Amino acid sequence: MTAQPTWVPRKRRGAEFFLTILAVLIGIAAYCAVGLGVKGSIPAGVVKLAVALIAFAVIAHMLVRRVAPYADPVLLPLVLALNGLGLAMIYRLDLGRTEIDANRQQFANSQLIWTLLGIGAFAVVLVVIRDHRRLQALTYTFGFAAIALLTLPLLPVVGRTINGARIWVNFGPFSFQPGEAAKICLAIFFAGYLVVKRDALALAGRRVLGVDLPRGRDLGPILAGWLVSVGILVFQRDLGSSLLFFGLFVVMLYVATERPGWLVVGAGLFAAGAWFGYLAFSHVQVRFDAWLDPFGDPDRNGQIINGLFGLAHGGILGRGLGQGSPQLTPYSFSDFIAASMGEELGLTGLMAILVIYGLIVERGLRIALTCRDAFGKLLAAGLAFSFALQVFVVIGGVTRLIPLTGLTTPFMAQGGSSVLMNWAIIALLLRISDQTRRPAPEISTFEHDEETQVVKMS
Amino acid sequence: MNRPIRALAIACLVMFVALLANVNYVQFVEADSLNAKNGNKRVINEEFSRDRGAILVKGDPVAESVKSDDQYKYQRRYPNAKLYAPLTGYFSYIFGRSALENAQNSVLSGSDNRLFVNRVVDLLSNKQPKGGSVELTIDPFAQKTAAAGLADLGKDTKGAVVALDPSTGAVLAMVTQPSYDPNRLAAHDFSKVQKAWDDLRKDKDQPMLNRGTQQILPPGSTFKLVTAAAALEDLDLDPSDKIKAGRTLGFKGGITYKLVNENGSNCGGDRITFEQALNVSCNVAFGGLALKLGQDKLAAQARKFGFGTDPLAGIAANPSRFTTEGTDIAGPQLAQSGIGQFEVAATPLQMAMVAAGIGNDGDVMRPYVVKTVRSPNLRVLDQTEPERLSQAMSSGNAAQLRDMMVSTVERGTATSARIPGVKVGAKTGTAQSTADRPPYAWFVALAPADNPKVAVAVVVESSNTARDEIAGGRLAGPIARSVIEAVLGK
Repeated sequence: MTAQPTWVPRKRRGAEFFLTILAVLIGIAAYCAVGLGVKGSIPAGVVKLAVALIAFAVIAHMLVRRVAPYADPVLLPLVLALNGLGLAMIYRLDLGRTEIDANRQQFANSQLIWTLLGIGAFAVVLVVIRDHRRLQALTYTFGFAAIALLTLPLLPVVGRTINGARIWVNFGPFSFQPGEAAKICLAIFFAGYLVVKRDALALAGRRVLGVDLPRGRDLGPILAGWLVSVGILVFQRDLGSSLLFFGLFVVMLYVATERPGWLVVGAGLFAAGAWFGYLAFSHVQVRFDAWLDPFGDPDRNGQIINGLFGLAHGGILGRGLGQGSPQLTPYSFSDFIAASMGEELGLTGLMAILVIYGLIVERGLRIALTCRDAFGKLLAAGLAFSFALQVFVVIGGVTRLIPLTGLTTPFMAQGGSSVLMNWAIIALLLRISDQTRRPAPEISTFEHDEETQVVKMS
Repeated sequence: MNRPIRALAIACLVMFVALLANVNYVQFVEADSLNAKNGNKRVINEEFSRDRGAILVKGDPVAESVKSDDQYKYQRRYPNAKLYAPLTGYFSYIFGRSALENAQNSVLSGSDNRLFVNRVVDLLSNKQPKGGSVELTIDPFAQKTAAAGLADLGKDTKGAVVALDPSTGAVLAMVTQPSYDPNRLAAHDFSKVQKAWDDLRKDKDQPMLNRGTQQILPPGSTFKLVTAAAALEDLDLDPSDKIKAGRTLGFKGGITYKLVNENGSNCGGDRITFEQALNVSCNVAFGGLALKLGQDKLAAQARKFGFGTDPLAGIAANPSRFTTEGTDIAGPQLAQSGIGQFEVAATPLQMAMVAAGIGNDGDVMRPYVVKTVRSPNLRVLDQTEPERLSQAMSSGNAAQLRDMMVSTVERGTATSARIPGVKVGAKTGTAQSTADRPPYAWFVALAPADNPKVAVAVVVESSNTARDEIAGGRLAGPIARSVIEAVLGK
């Protein structure tokens, strides 16, 4: 018995270090450009920012080197670049918004702290979870955690309604959106659950018009997922999260069972849910009408119109950091940060950002492809797809490709929970990737023991 | 599970390609139309902070941008604000732009396609884009003289003066009174701008109305020039031919109404020469000519002089009218129309075009106010070429009509326009309106008659002058004369 010539991936940690430094420098340079653009001088806070970012980035890199040496070398730099650009833009919008009204809340500092906490969360996940397969044992724990997190904002004392959506939780001075954490918990739960149930869900069914449709009795789980999504829509008024969770579930179901029939069922249920939402909720109708004809009611659709004006004003090359007027758009620092980027960095810059997002997604799916265990495959595919769907929904909404729904722009938008949880997602992907690319442990063979060889039963 | 993951990868690719294509659409394809939308504060802010090009008259700015210390970097300034307001218009943050500030905005703001190379150079050398300049056809001395003439009639006088170069159509003077100060609308203190705007809108004298191009009023006897032109063209009349005059003009079909002359005169006889009829501004004679011509021919002649068109680019103007479109008018009304009453209404610009057409051998030139458009580095981008709008009458008939206008100055109603050593041709008009408001005093003139260099129309709507003293010759004539003297350098 000869050893299989196995492909041993190169670690490429040196490349990761180089790219990490480059990515952090992009963020720092953008921060300087903001100061030069707005005030004509390099901002005083740049030293603090540079030291903190470089230190944490290098620490993150060293940690990956140590605990996940075979992990994908591109993800960390990509994420750092986005996060750095986001920090610079939030700082820029602080300057612009306080110019309009000196009392506006400033976000740059808290966002920097959240970024550092996010890198901390990244480190904790990498260190604590040494093998992602151990998460599978906690499938139902994560399932309940997800339900708990989703219901938290609905509780009387801690729940908060902000801008019509009841998706916030308050604990003393801290407030956060549990939806982001719930997304990860749900992805782990779905992965663990589907790994076990996939055969039952995959095999039985009947063919209708050339598509294998599942049996009625197997529809239970998807109906449950759908009801949860509709519940989010009804009770929390959060169209974006509802769409995101349902999309995540349907796609993971499809990946697990390899049956496109689930997509058909999912699309049908989504259409029904969307129709119900349109009829039942005025805010869904408003969003939809604003998408079809924003200029039909310029006062009501001021935000999307302003975002489009900003994008158009940016044109191909952009106004330059600090030289446009992104602060004119409401929520330019969170929901509409993509429009702010498009205004100041132009079509060129916004396309670069989209390509970075695309690269993150495709690296994630690549991890899913090469992963050797079903649970890891499902989890990586689910995380990567939910990331892609989130970017599509929020940036597509801001640029009027689809109706606008409230979701955060990963790594760029202001908001602590989002930054924290997205860093945790990247850590999980790196963990699976390390597991995947790590050479298989050498199997000791008993070459001189043929006569005592046990007869294999299978 | 790899097959669905690959499918998923393709699905994600499609989503990102859709996002990329869409931002290309928004930021490149749709960008221009979005930038041009109403209420786009980014574009307003940017244009407001730009080194906007100047509007020049003989090299001196009548609108210019000067550096300011506030967030907008530049302040629009209008030297001689009220004098040139009907031409420059205003450039306001809140209220947008008007007149040439609006019509020439692409050049002034620097976003014109012809300035593309300049913009690229500015971009590469990291300079703020600058706007190009616009040079007007206005003769500053004539403009000042015209304004002074109206001002001399008193502060409450409303009126307008328009002077044209007959051979090109170039506007030499365009004055309206009352006028307004566009500096107040271009200020950066927006609450004061709002107040100024409210004041201007509330003012019942409508200071922002360009009376030279927007206010259509009955032209009265000055319209007899159009009737005379039609008679020369269509009735083959000669100035020496005798036509019916007398005290009254009656109508067939049992109509009791009779058209009479001003002050009940008989025009000097029952039959007088065509030339004398113009000299004494004989209503009965011209009413009779209008009946002979018929509505169609008279209307066609008015159209040939530019009635019914909006001929001036860049400045808000209302078309003048002969009669309401599509109506047939009966004898008395037709006769009244022939002397510039009933529904006939014209702008001073239109009446100046009538004089200019007669002065330019019958060819009416399209009026224009922009002479040259220059890039920031003074390269000429565009120069207005004179363009013929229409041929109103034959060259010979035009010469005959000019002679009739000259004799009107020499021995007729328009003696107030006499200039020693210059052959001036002119026609007065005193148009009745309703009984409760004073008549409109008109004066239309051209000079020198054998080779006209200037055609001018003056209207005085109301003034402090006592009602019975209002007459085109007395009120408006001296203004026309001084404008002619200013243009001819007398």
